[in-house]
Amino acid sequence: MVYFSSWRAMQIVMDIDMKQFVSFVSKEFHHIFRDRTTMAILLLLPILMLILFGYAINTEIRNTRIAIYDPSNDEATRAIAEKLDASEYFTVIKYLNHPADVELEFLKGSVQMVVSFSQNFYENMTRTGDAQIALITDGTDPNSAKTVATYATSILGQYQQEKFRVETIPYHIDTHLKLLYNPQMKGAYNFVPGVMGMILMLICAMMTSISIAREKEMGTMEVLLVSPVKPLVMIIAKTIPYFFLSLVNLTTILLLSVFLLGVPIAGSFFWLIVLSLIYLFVNLSLGLVISSFAQSQLVALLMSGMVLMIPVIMLSGLMFPVENMPKFFQVLSQIIPAKWYIVGVKKIMIKGLSLSAITLELGILLGMAVMLIGISLKKFKHRLE
Amino acid sequence: MNTYSKKNRFGFSSIKFLLRKEFLQMKRNKFIPKVAIVLPFVALTLFPMVANFDIKDIKLAVVDNNRSTYSVRLINKITSSGYFHLVDIVDNYNKALWIVEQDVADIVLEIPLQFEEDLVSMKASSVQISTNTVNGMKGGLSSAYLMGIVNDFSSEVRDEWIKNGSRLVSPSLEIVPRYNFNPMLDYKYTMIPAIMMMMLAVITGFLPALNIVGEKEKGTIEQMNVTPVSRVALILAKLIPYWIIGFVVLTICFFVAWLFYGMISVGSYGLIYLFAAVFTLAFSGFGLMISNYASTIQQGMFIMFFFVITFIFLSGLYTPVSSMPQWTQMVSQFSPLRYMVEVLRFIFLKGSGFADLRWHFAALCGFALFFNGWAVLSYRKIH
Repeated sequence: MVYFSSWRAMQIVMDIDMKQFVSFVSKEFHHIFRDRTTMAILLLLPILMLILFGYAINTEIRNTRIAIYDPSNDEATRAIAEKLDASEYFTVIKYLNHPADVELEFLKGSVQMVVSFSQNFYENMTRTGDAQIALITDGTDPNSAKTVATYATSILGQYQQEKFRVETIPYHIDTHLKLLYNPQMKGAYNFVPGVMGMILMLICAMMTSISIAREKEMGTMEVLLVSPVKPLVMIIAKTIPYFFLSLVNLTTILLLSVFLLGVPIAGSFFWLIVLSLIYLFVNLSLGLVISSFAQSQLVALLMSGMVLMIPVIMLSGLMFPVENMPKFFQVLSQIIPAKWYIVGVKKIMIKGLSLSAITLELGILLGMAVMLIGISLKKFKHRLE
Repeated sequence: MNTYSKKNRFGFSSIKFLLRKEFLQMKRNKFIPKVAIVLPFVALTLFPMVANFDIKDIKLAVVDNNRSTYSVRLINKITSSGYFHLVDIVDNYNKALWIVEQDVADIVLEIPLQFEEDLVSMKASSVQISTNTVNGMKGGLSSAYLMGIVNDFSSEVRDEWIKNGSRLVSPSLEIVPRYNFNPMLDYKYTMIPAIMMMMLAVITGFLPALNIVGEKEKGTIEQMNVTPVSRVALILAKLIPYWIIGFVVLTICFFVAWLFYGMISVGSYGLIYLFAAVFTLAFSGFGLMISNYASTIQQGMFIMFFFVITFIFLSGLYTPVSSMPQWTQMVSQFSPLRYMVEVLRFIFLKGSGFADLRWHFAALCGFALFFNGWAVLSYRKIH
């Protein structure tokens, strides 16, 4: 009987807690839904970013505008110019008459490469072997310059082979090229994991911290704190709507990347979701930690910007390859959750590796989550006193 | 009285006082002057170190099934080229693939079992290159480098054998790549003008975007709305401080570029300031326009964030506009940042003159008129 009544009592407590909890969560949802513009942006942002990254971030060389300086104007130079123009990579838009014009074209930015032939090209090519082609590119954009020059070189190589039948020349080493993971070399393969890392962080950490700071600023936090609700319940209720919003975004990103950008999920879908969920917890608790330091929206915004946005954009490997950074920044990037998440997503989603390949990433993110949740709970209780 | 009101139709005489108010508010805020000075300084010193797309020290794993003098010579040639860093030599392909999966290596060279024998007796052999193309640009360039080195190696071998035997005159042409303006292809050169533009855009865009809406949240805008000051005067007074901040930001950027990287503009600084003046006007106007529509600071932030990200990615800051698909190139015409990135790179790195960039100037002027016109029209004194 005693057992029964205590059971009943517990049930009642649980009941109240559950009701409180539900009303708390619905309060948070109201906060979010009330500000339609912000919500629309939060839902549209991942779509916009994916489209931008998928289409604007393109490193393909296609129809690059080139100019030709050809003082020889003979059989060979004409054939080479035609061959370049005929390829899908280049379009000849101009013939220059004077070597000084080369500089002028680059100043105007009208062409990306000038192909400059030497004098008496055909004669030199067939007799002395002194014929020279200069591929002059605009070094202000190093990687495009190199890529354009490489493509042009390979077209010239083809010309040479056709012209002189180089394949009959002995001691030739063939190279077979195999492109792993991304045979069409789409830019999206590299950016989708980065966008996932950034958007989830933006919504979870930044929004959570700002929304708590806003309640402090407006004074409604005081009202909540004097209510009989347990801090733990409040924290969880605060984070649930953002967690939910992030799940919506995660779904959008995955659907868009698979169906619009053609980036498949090569590995296990299940583990991709597990990895993402852990990452979400890390960010939610990070947002809570930040909010416990920030007393106003502006400060929360700035702290999220300094602590989250800039490091994630700069150091996570989203934009810039980590391996190119100075040692100091490479070490710094190790403590950024997004870095581990992006590496993990690349392994599972793009490379299609199994769970064993991402145990390190999973472990580190899990550790970060536990640590940050612990800190945020502790911080929250402190504030009550 | 009559002449006074005629003169003051747009409230231009009140601008002086409005400006004083704006500067006072700015000074009181302490945060804004700090951002305008510290942010460009920090960004220009740190970003170029991080924002590096340079492709070098490519991590190479070799599957050497042959282990002969020739295969060792080929490997040595590759490692001495300076582009590649040999991570490991393994004895089967799966092991190499595993190394790539772990991101320890970027590219695998597989030398077949009969490499030397084939080369000597059959006079032809082959190697296989497998490259990680998750990052397409890196994968493409590193495999091109490696193929180039293998080709060099085969002509080296050919020369040796031909020297020993009958001399075979092969007609040939020499290809010389030349990189103008930046012969060493240093990535810093590209990034520094781009970062200057980004700082200019972020500071002169975000601050105005938070300005009017900030006054809305505080309620001080109501006090302005009951005064007879015209909308044009109000917007102008809000614009001019950011215009001045833009000049300060740009000057700090030039100073840091000179101090830390020894970079000075090839073209005229005056010309850059001229373009920057129009650009700042345009982008601050855009910020004010956003501020008119936003109802909270947070909202203004996110709307601005949304547009700035779009503008930046379409500006050609990270990838050249010319390699975008046709429709994105079209859309990028509507990003003022696109013109400013080009202007800064062209003048600062190449020394282009006004005549080369006259269309950019016209476009920026158009943006300035359009955004500021919109900002004035969308400003509502009555809610």
